[in-house]
Amino acid sequence: MADDLAVDGVTLPSRLILGTGGAANHAIAEAAIRASGTGLVTVALRRVDPNASGSILDVVERCGVRLLPNTAGCFTASQAIRTAHLAREAFGTNWVKLEVIGDERTLLPDPVELLAAAEKLVADGFTVWPYTNDDPILARRLADAGCAVVMPLGSPIGTGLGIRNPHNIALITEAATVPVILDAGVGTASDAALAMELGCSGVLVASAVTRVAEPVAMAEAMCLAVRAGRLARLAGRIPKRHHAEASTAFEGMADL
Amino acid sequence: MNVTVNGRPREIAPESTVADVVRQTSTEDRGIAVALNGEVVPRADWTTTLREADRVEVLVASQGG
Repeated sequence: MADDLAVDGVTLPSRLILGTGGAANHAIAEAAIRASGTGLVTVALRRVDPNASGSILDVVERCGVRLLPNTAGCFTASQAIRTAHLAREAFGTNWVKLEVIGDERTLLPDPVELLAAAEKLVADGFTVWPYTNDDPILARRLADAGCAVVMPLGSPIGTGLGIRNPHNIALITEAATVPVILDAGVGTASDAALAMELGCSGVLVASAVTRVAEPVAMAEAMCLAVRAGRLARLAGRIPKRHHAEASTAFEGMADL
Repeated sequence: MNVTVNGRPREIAPESTVADVVRQTSTEDRGIAVALNGEVVPRADWTTTLREADRVEVLVASQGG
């Protein structure tokens, strides 16, 4: 059964998206990308580093994956919009992971600036992937504005606290008109599986893979977890009950 | 002529263009974006001549979540 995630007419080979931020070097990033089975990785736009050896673009090219540039570090709509346009110039893609954060302590999205930036970038012809709060109303507003997906957070970036409000994520997925990609907060494989069980169409992880002792092993774990969670969601879980229900029938029991 | 490139002061030859500064700043030829005084400069406009005190940002891909 074909069960692929398609965005903007592009079919992705995996429902896992990998962020490259935090990898100790390009070799580790490359090994993790390959082990994850992902078809889409995020990159940032930064000033030229005269000491850099090689480019993350070479890694992306060797792995044959698509690029999702982000606007990480932007605090205003205006800054994010200009960063998206710069990324389009640099990488020749209309896809952008839109991040507009409210402060450095939480790195939580600024919803007002985010929606304004999303509206402008959609009008400018971008395929917008907005990193958003776990707020069902804001998610709906972003989808209505023409965003290709919505990316609610499980918990703040880099915390590894998992999905703090699974109820809200379920509210978002059940009403979604576009794919929901859980972004931020995943700490380990079970968090990614839970996201998929809650009805997400995909999961983006970065730190949870790149900052562990064995990034390649965790990349594979995330790949399997996303697949497992997706299958479990499609299978449909049994209802939760207060009392036990025997799986083995009492009928036909011997009289002992 | 004095300009600022990626936040650092730099002295460049008069009549230097955006493309000249890009060549002096990066060995890469692809995956580069340029902002001049905060505005995006499409590659077709890299022939633009710089002026005294211009602020140039030369940006490339970097690892990021």
